[in-house]
Amino acid sequence: MSHADDEHEANIPATTAWMPGTIPGSSPGTGMTGGNRRNFLRGALAATLIAPGVTLNVFGANARPAGEPASTKVRWGLLVDVNKCSISCDACVRACNAENGLTGRSETDAQWIRKVTLNNSATEEIRSAPVMCQHCASPPCVDVCPTGASFKRADGIVLVDKHICIGCRYCMMACPFKARSFVHEDHDDQATHAPRGKGTVEGCTLCVTRVDAGQKPACVEACAKEGGALVFGDLNDPGSEISKALRQYPAAQLRADLGVDPGVFYAHLK
Amino acid sequence: MAKQRYHRLSDHSLPFWTLILLHGLAVAAGVASALYIESHGHGVTGMNNQIVWGLPHVFAVFLIVAASGALNVASVSSVFHRLVYKPFARLSGVLAIALLIGGLAILVLDLGRPERVFLTLFHRNLTSIFAWNIYLYGGFVALVAGYLYAMMDRRLSNDPRATAVFGWAAFIWRLILTTGTGSIFGFLIARDAVSGAIMAPIFIASSLLYGLAFTVLVLLTMSIETSDILCTKELIGKFRGLLALFAATTLALTLIAHLTKLYAAPTVAVELFLLRDGGIYPIVFWIGQIGLGLLAPLLLLAVMKSEASNVAELAGASILFLFGGLAQMYVVIIGAQAWPLNIFPGFEASSSFGDGAVATYAPTAPEFFLGISGVSIAMLIAALAFRLLPVIPQILANEAKA
Ligand code: SF4
Ligand code: SF4
Ligand code: SF4
Repeated sequence: MSHADDEHEANIPATTAWMPGTIPGSSPGTGMTGGNRRNFLRGALAATLIAPGVTLNVFGANARPAGEPASTKVRWGLLVDVNKCSISCDACVRACNAENGLTGRSETDAQWIRKVTLNNSATEEIRSAPVMCQHCASPPCVDVCPTGASFKRADGIVLVDKHICIGCRYCMMACPFKARSFVHEDHDDQATHAPRGKGTVEGCTLCVTRVDAGQKPACVEACAKEGGALVFGDLNDPGSEISKALRQYPAAQLRADLGVDPGVFYAHLK
Repeated sequence: MAKQRYHRLSDHSLPFWTLILLHGLAVAAGVASALYIESHGHGVTGMNNQIVWGLPHVFAVFLIVAASGALNVASVSSVFHRLVYKPFARLSGVLAIALLIGGLAILVLDLGRPERVFLTLFHRNLTSIFAWNIYLYGGFVALVAGYLYAMMDRRLSNDPRATAVFGWAAFIWRLILTTGTGSIFGFLIARDAVSGAIMAPIFIASSLLYGLAFTVLVLLTMSIETSDILCTKELIGKFRGLLALFAATTLALTLIAHLTKLYAAPTVAVELFLLRDGGIYPIVFWIGQIGLGLLAPLLLLAVMKSEASNVAELAGASILFLFGGLAQMYVVIIGAQAWPLNIFPGFEASSSFGDGAVATYAPTAPEFFLGISGVSIAMLIAALAFRLLPVIPQILANEAKA
């Protein structure tokens, strides 16, 4: 799987730097891989980032300086503490929709994050948890994508390059978590940092522009005001909040048996 | 044996023009539908974020699978030296290319961004079986075209080695191609209904069946059009036997696949869904795919007498086999998506995004027209080739009576 990833990365044309901000703890020039990934993404979002105002949030305390690649030393991840997630709350979903300008008719609306109600078949206990792109380390969506539009950044964030997505929907067929949506119609009310193209596929970006600017994803921020069930951070950094939490109580990846190694963990899921 | 002569179709009969007109109308409707879907977005189809591949994929995959099988007649003549099929090798090659182009056209027109299809030439992901299929399809057309050239070129056709080399290459290529198409589904690890290695052999067996059924129907149409008995008594007997063999193989492999999944714990639920509880899918499976699509035509073949005058059963069986093929694709492609993904084992899941629920799919007219136009595109390409190239064999009257 990793060999395949390397091959894929080698196909990415090297272009000039784009990504604003830096990742905490990353050192300059780490890994060509990261550079290629980042440059790849440049094509995806460059057009919108030229828009004035977007660069304002770049220089947060933990921001990654412009021109520096995303680093393989970092692996961004999420932890969902099911105990703290209330069935009636959908703050994360609303925050994501607002952040990314997701609207649409209900039959074909895009859902980058959704609340799933879970009825334990054995105990009849009812729980709930959000499901978004799991930012898999071995993402099937990336493996099957014919053009390489689906790609994984060095820091583990899985994205779609909307400029080379041909809308074949093979990634949607391959994703084990139904984490992607197809844009079924035109949308006028788009957020500048999250362009949406009719006929292409999209999904949770782990709020990449926010993360690169040193902020937390919108859903995590919104959840902090409610149950505080979502923890975001660097899975590779033992001192990060998420790593500490993962050491404190056991958490599992969804469908670990499939071997795709999600970057999202669920704690107290029983 | 006298040298086989071929001719081009010159003047057409009224029924033939009518057929051409109908196919032309279907293609026009397909193109209009594609433009409509393209400009409004896939929201005007029955597809949604649960059922992402709809009717166009059903037709497209069906045609692509049939394409490699259509080469069958050519393969058995060049690769296995069955002389009785030799006069039809050209027709079989033309049909293979036509069906493939018909299928691919639909696949491309159903993309979210069809105008970007050429991006696949510059941006390739070599881990993608989809990307590989693009090469497989291109290579198939090139090899079959070379094969046709080797058969038609005056100088090359005198050298049996040239035909043999191209014949073998095309034969091997088509096996890989069908395996590649089947593997598109085999790679979907989380889709309980279709993941697994058995998909590839099923696709190979059914490709032989659908390809031959198309060949038989085109041959019979050409017999009427040229007032020449293209299907000799001997040939009809052979087609009957081959169709029965391929149908029985497809049936057996399909049953094995379902039985294996029925006895494996993780897939038993989806099997019960497809075979018993799933509403439209068991109906399409049992009545469409198995009953009308395999058993009924097998019965027709069993009772028919192998006489040249008795082609109605052969034609009827071929049409039913093709119908069954569409039913098979419907169950495999749509049924597999309708069944919910098991994201939280041990829980009953529900959400606003169809978790834990069977997805509904109501195809709309545009996607149906787009799908069916693939068949018509293939038939029009074949008709054009029959007019431009010496493809149709001239059967000597005494041979036909023999
Ligand atoms: S959850 Fe789905 S879309 Fe996200 S990385 Fe994994 S396979 Fe890809
Ligand atoms: S829909 Fe786009 S991102 Fe998904 S596999 Fe196809 S080209 Fe790749
Ligand atoms: S990380 Fe951002 S894009 Fe992903 S679900 Fe949360 S708010 Fe939405």
